[in-house]
Amino acid sequence: MEKILFIEDESNLQKTLGSALGQEGYEVISALDGETGLRMAKEKKPDLILLDLILPRLHGLEVLKKLKEEEETKNIPVIVLTNLEGLTEIEKAIELGATTYLVKAQYSLEEIITKIKKTLTDNH
Amino acid sequence: MLAITPCPGRSLLTLAIYYLTFYFYLVNCYNKLVSVKKILKQLNIPAQCKKYGISLWQCPSFLFLIMGFIIIAASIIFYFLGMHYIDDPATVVFFVLILAALLFCLAYIITNSFENLVEASRMKTEFINIVSHQLRTPLSSLRWAIELLISGNLGKVGEGQEEYFRIIKENISRINNLISELLTISRIESARFPLREEFFSLVEVVKELIAEFEPFAKASNVEIKFNFEEKLPKAFADREKIKRTIENLLDNAIRYIGDKGKVEIKVLKKNKFIYFEIKDNGVGIPKKDQKYIFEKFFRSENALRYQTQGSGLGLYIARAIIEKSGGRIGFQSKEGKGTTFWFILPIKKETKAKSA
Repeated sequence: MEKILFIEDESNLQKTLGSALGQEGYEVISALDGETGLRMAKEKKPDLILLDLILPRLHGLEVLKKLKEEEETKNIPVIVLTNLEGLTEIEKAIELGATTYLVKAQYSLEEIITKIKKTLTDNH
Repeated sequence: MLAITPCPGRSLLTLAIYYLTFYFYLVNCYNKLVSVKKILKQLNIPAQCKKYGISLWQCPSFLFLIMGFIIIAASIIFYFLGMHYIDDPATVVFFVLILAALLFCLAYIITNSFENLVEASRMKTEFINIVSHQLRTPLSSLRWAIELLISGNLGKVGEGQEEYFRIIKENISRINNLISELLTISRIESARFPLREEFFSLVEVVKELIAEFEPFAKASNVEIKFNFEEKLPKAFADREKIKRTIENLLDNAIRYIGDKGKVEIKVLKKNKFIYFEIKDNGVGIPKKDQKYIFEKFFRSENALRYQTQGSGLGLYIARAIIEKSGGRIGFQSKEGKGTTFWFILPIKKETKAKSA
């Protein structure tokens, strides 16, 4: 079973997307802040990380930067899933090594799951 | 007798007056220059201030003009007073000092009003951020939760429930679109409207959209026809934004058809431009409304106004996108006969480095 780490401070979003992914047969582990997310990425070795940007304790872009610096986590694909749609954030995230950048409000659950599936198959 | 006797105190005062007069003369010249320049540049100062959304007495350009006038008038008055009426230079110096203090206060107010302007602009940006993030997060939760319910994975959706789920979903997406449109508008107006330009096939975009609109068109009894030139050069613009523009035009075309009809889309090359056209045989736009059609929040008083939804922002955004991409947009319409919207995008040479 493929493991997905979902770093998102909004518990409602955690629940909806988390349970939709669960039904697709993924194991979802969740972190509600940046620091926890980073620690869990190192401990649990997920196959994919979904990352929000506005996070308590450690900003998403910082998390991304640290993930890509560490040898053990740098190959895990990261999908940035946020509602910030400024060009600077998008460029920064892609530059730091995010696989895709998705603006939450623009995608349905189904579309997001499709993107996740695609990223996982591309990475294997 | 007293007047002839040289008095050391008095000559010092005279010197001070000369110095002050010279100083004011310089300041005066500079301010006059700046004022003249300002007047030439922005003749209509009240209109300028109105644009900032602040009162005249808080508006830097207006206050600056006032200061200019005060300086000019005061200099002239003191010149005459000093020449003809006041014998004691100490009196003149005293008045000049008062004037200087007054001008100092005015300058302080002007600086303050600049700060107000900066603060207003900062608050606007902050507001946009709050709207985009704080309002969208709960909306995303709502949207995904309802999608999860509709999917039936949590338990079968009962008969009769489905329709109401659909209503909730549609309205969430309406709020979502409205927020996006408002954000786009505030970006357009604050000139922070970045385009992610790339080469793409306009034909592909239209095909994608026709596929997406198929169910809506069928339900509205509308047939969509698409003609395009083969081997069309690629367009160079922001693909997502152009897609949204066409989506808007297509949505309008279908929405304002009424009972039954036909929408024809054409994409072809015209001189140095890619030409897009969408023609419908819908209710048309009344002549008196035609010149306002691209204005924000404007909705035409056509036959279907009250049966259709719309924010009146779509075409305003469409025009901003097309014009920012170096193109032009326009339409012809006849009430009761139908409407044709068109836009052109300049063709750019595709280089290997750019398309990568």
